[in-house]
Amino acid sequence: MNILTGNDLKTGDVIWWTGLDWSRFVKDAADVGDQGEAVLHREEAARRVNAPYIISAEQTDDGPRPGHIKDRVRALGPTVRPDLTLKPADPDAGEWVI
Amino acid sequence: MVDAIRLRDDDVHEEPAVSLDSFLDQSNATAVRIEAGEDARQLLPFLDHLSLIEIDFPVFGDGRGYSAAQILRESGYTGELRASGDVLLDQLAYMRRCGFDAFAPDSPINPELMQQALSRYDHVYQATSDQRTPIWRLRHG
Amino acid sequence: MYQYDQYDQKMVDTRVEEFRDQVKRRIAGDLTEDQFKPLRLMNGLYLQLHAYMLRVAVPYGTLSGKQMRMLGHIARKYDRDYGHFTTRQNIQYNWIKLEDAPDILADLASVEMHAIQTSGNCIRNISSDQFAGATADEIADPRPWAELLRQWSSFHPEFSYLPRKFKFAVIASDTDRAAMRLHDIGIQLVNNEAGELGAKFFVGGGMGRTPMIAPEIRSFVPADELISYAEACLRVYNRYGRRDNKYKARIKILVHELGKEEYSRQVEEEFAHMKDLGLNPPVEELARITQYFQDPPYDQQASDDLDLSDPDFALWVDQNTTRHKQPGYAIATISLKPRGGIPGDASSAQIDLMADLAEQYSFDELRVTHSQNIVLPYVKKGDLYALWQTLDEAGLAPANLDLITDSIACPGLDYCSLANARSIPLAQKISERFADLGRQRELGELKLKISGCINACGHHHAGHIGILGVDRKGTENYQLLLGGSGAEDASLAKITGPGFTEDGVIDAIETVTDLYLEQREDGERFIDTYRRVGMEKFKEAIYG
Repeated sequence: MNILTGNDLKTGDVIWWTGLDWSRFVKDAADVGDQGEAVLHREEAARRVNAPYIISAEQTDDGPRPGHIKDRVRALGPTVRPDLTLKPADPDAGEWVI
Repeated sequence: MVDAIRLRDDDVHEEPAVSLDSFLDQSNATAVRIEAGEDARQLLPFLDHLSLIEIDFPVFGDGRGYSAAQILRESGYTGELRASGDVLLDQLAYMRRCGFDAFAPDSPINPELMQQALSRYDHVYQATSDQRTPIWRLRHG
Repeated sequence: MYQYDQYDQKMVDTRVEEFRDQVKRRIAGDLTEDQFKPLRLMNGLYLQLHAYMLRVAVPYGTLSGKQMRMLGHIARKYDRDYGHFTTRQNIQYNWIKLEDAPDILADLASVEMHAIQTSGNCIRNISSDQFAGATADEIADPRPWAELLRQWSSFHPEFSYLPRKFKFAVIASDTDRAAMRLHDIGIQLVNNEAGELGAKFFVGGGMGRTPMIAPEIRSFVPADELISYAEACLRVYNRYGRRDNKYKARIKILVHELGKEEYSRQVEEEFAHMKDLGLNPPVEELARITQYFQDPPYDQQASDDLDLSDPDFALWVDQNTTRHKQPGYAIATISLKPRGGIPGDASSAQIDLMADLAEQYSFDELRVTHSQNIVLPYVKKGDLYALWQTLDEAGLAPANLDLITDSIACPGLDYCSLANARSIPLAQKISERFADLGRQRELGELKLKISGCINACGHHHAGHIGILGVDRKGTENYQLLLGGSGAEDASLAKITGPGFTEDGVIDAIETVTDLYLEQREDGERFIDTYRRVGMEKFKEAIYG
C-alpha cells in the first residue's frame, strides 16, 4: 500500500493521512493508491501538512507498517527512549520498528 | 506590491543592460548584467562609464551575487547596483548591506514589509559597502 | 567570560523579533517551506525525525551557571525534560514546536544566548579548546579571538548564502583538543619572532563523505588583520566553491581541487584588495574582549594536597581531572557517558545541578566539549571530593574520560532524518560490554566514535576506532574503521573490510582491543600500537 506522511506545520508532530484528515497514529493511515501526489499537493498548499511525502507500507494485523525503518522510527519515536514514544507502556514496540 | 524597487534619487537609467560578454566586446554600453558565476572584476576598468550593473540571483540560495556587489562597491562603483531574479523580502537587508540599491524581483514585494526589513536592525557588526558604522567603531570611536 | 554590551544585546533581541515575524508569515502561508527553510536554519531550527529540533549555540563551548540553568528551563518548559550536547559544543532539543520557537529564542536572549547560524549555509558556531584559560599548555586564551570572529561572522551579509556550511575552530596550544585540523578553517594562535600573537590558518579540513585534514595556508596573520584575512578566505570560497553538487560544496573540495598553493594565492590576492578597506576592528577591540577572559580570583593559598584514600574518588581524580595552570586547582570533566547511557544527553535535573556546581565550585563557568562532556574548568583541589560526591549521586561521575566508554555518538536514526542506522543503541551496548573500569583503564586512551551516516557528525573518521552505520539492503549495518585521530597527530581512520551487524561489530571491537593488548609495547596507546603494527594484522584477527 502507499501511505502519506509529513509533519504538522506548527507542532512538528509526525502525521499520517487517514483519507479525511491527518492523524498522529500510523495505524490510521489510509492507502492512497496512486492518488498520493494530488492529495499531497492539496494538503501542503492548505498548510494542513508540512514537507509531506509518499511511502510504501505493508498492511499488517496491527495496521500499516512503513517499509523503511526510518519511517517506523518516525511512527513510534526513538527506540532508545521508549518513555518518549507513542507507546511507552508497550515493551514490544521497539521490535515493530526494527 | 511593486515589481522594481529603486533606492536612489537620480534618474532611472533607460538603456537596457547588455550581457557581460557583449559589454566586453563593445564598451560604449552603459548598463551591463552579470550572471551568478561571472567575474565582477572584469568590469573594474569601466566603472566610470557604467550607470547600471545588474547582478542576477538564479535562486536565492546562490550567494555569489553578494560578493560581486561588494567587489564593485569596494572598487569605487557609484552607479545603480541592481539585484534581479529570485530576490525575496528576507534577503533584501543583506543585499542592501552589500551595496545593492535597486531590486528587480521575479515576484512582487510588499513595499511596507520591505521598509520594515531594511530598517529592522539598528546596528551592524561588520564594515560593508553600505558604509554603516560597525559596532566596533561605535565602541572605540 | 564575555558579556554582552548594549549592542550585542540589541542584535539578538532584534533577531528574535525578526524570526517571530518570519514564523508568523510561514504559519499564515506568506512564505513557502522552501523560502522559510534557510531562515529557520539560520536560527538553528531543523525539521527532524520526530518534531522540530533546535540547536542552541554555546559559543566556543563556554557558558555560565545562569545560562546553563536556562538550558534546563527550556528542556522542561518546551521539550521533554532533557537536552543533548553535541560534537560542536552546542546543545540540541528534539521535541520543539515551531510556534514556541520565537519564545524560546526570547528566553535565550534574556541570558545572552541564541541559536543564530547554528545551521544553514553560513558560518556556524566557532569551537575551541574546552580547557582554554585553565590549561598550562596554551600560549594565550584562544577564546577572545573566537569571540572576535563570532561577532564578525554573525549576521554577515556577504556570507549567509555560501555553497555550504562553514565551521571554524580556534586553539592556542600544540595539543589539539578541538579537532582543529578537521574544520573548514582551523586557527592556532602562535607567537612570531617578535613575540607578537597571531593566527596560523589551516583551511580545508572536514569529515563527511570526503574527509580531509586542513593544510596550512598562512603561517601568521596578525591580530589587526585577522578579520580581513578571514574575509578573503570566505570570499574566495563564496565565489568559487562548487554549487553544482551538495556533496562537493565544502571548502575542502575547493582547496583540494585548486591545491593549497593556488587557494592561498587567491586568498592573498583578495586580501590585498581588502587590506585597506577599514574592515579590521582596532586592536583595542580585541583588548576589550580579552578583559572578559582574565583569570578568575584564584585562592593563592589553595593547597595542592589531595586525600585519595577513597578508592572510587581516587579513580575519578586520576581519570577525569586534568592538571591546571594554577597551583591548588584542577580541571574537572563531568562525563555524560554513564554505563549503558545515551552519550551527551543530560536531564533537566542534571543540567540544573551542573549549573549549581559551576556556581559553587568553578567560578560560575562550564564548558561543553566536542566529545559531548561538560567541564568545570576552575575547581579548587580542596573542593574536588565534595564535588565528586555530588556528581556521583547524580550519575555524573563515571571515571571514563578518554576511555573506550567515553565514546562520541551522533543521535543517529533514533533522532536524525539523515541517518542510515541507529548509533545510540550501539554505543550503549559497547558501554555495557566494556563496563568494567579495570578493563577500560587497562586499555587506556581509546577514542571510539560512532556515526549513523556518512555525514560523520559522530566524527568516526577521527576515531582511534570509528564506526559508520550504513543501510545494507534495508537493514542496519556497521563498518569498522581504525587509526583516526582528531588531535595534533591528525589522521583519517581506514575501513577494515566488510561491515557487520550490531552484535558483530561489538565482537570485532573486542577482537581489536584484545589484539592491541597482545601487541602493545612500552606504554603505547591503542593508536600508537595500531600505527606501528599496521592494518593487516588487525584485519587478519577480525576476518581470519
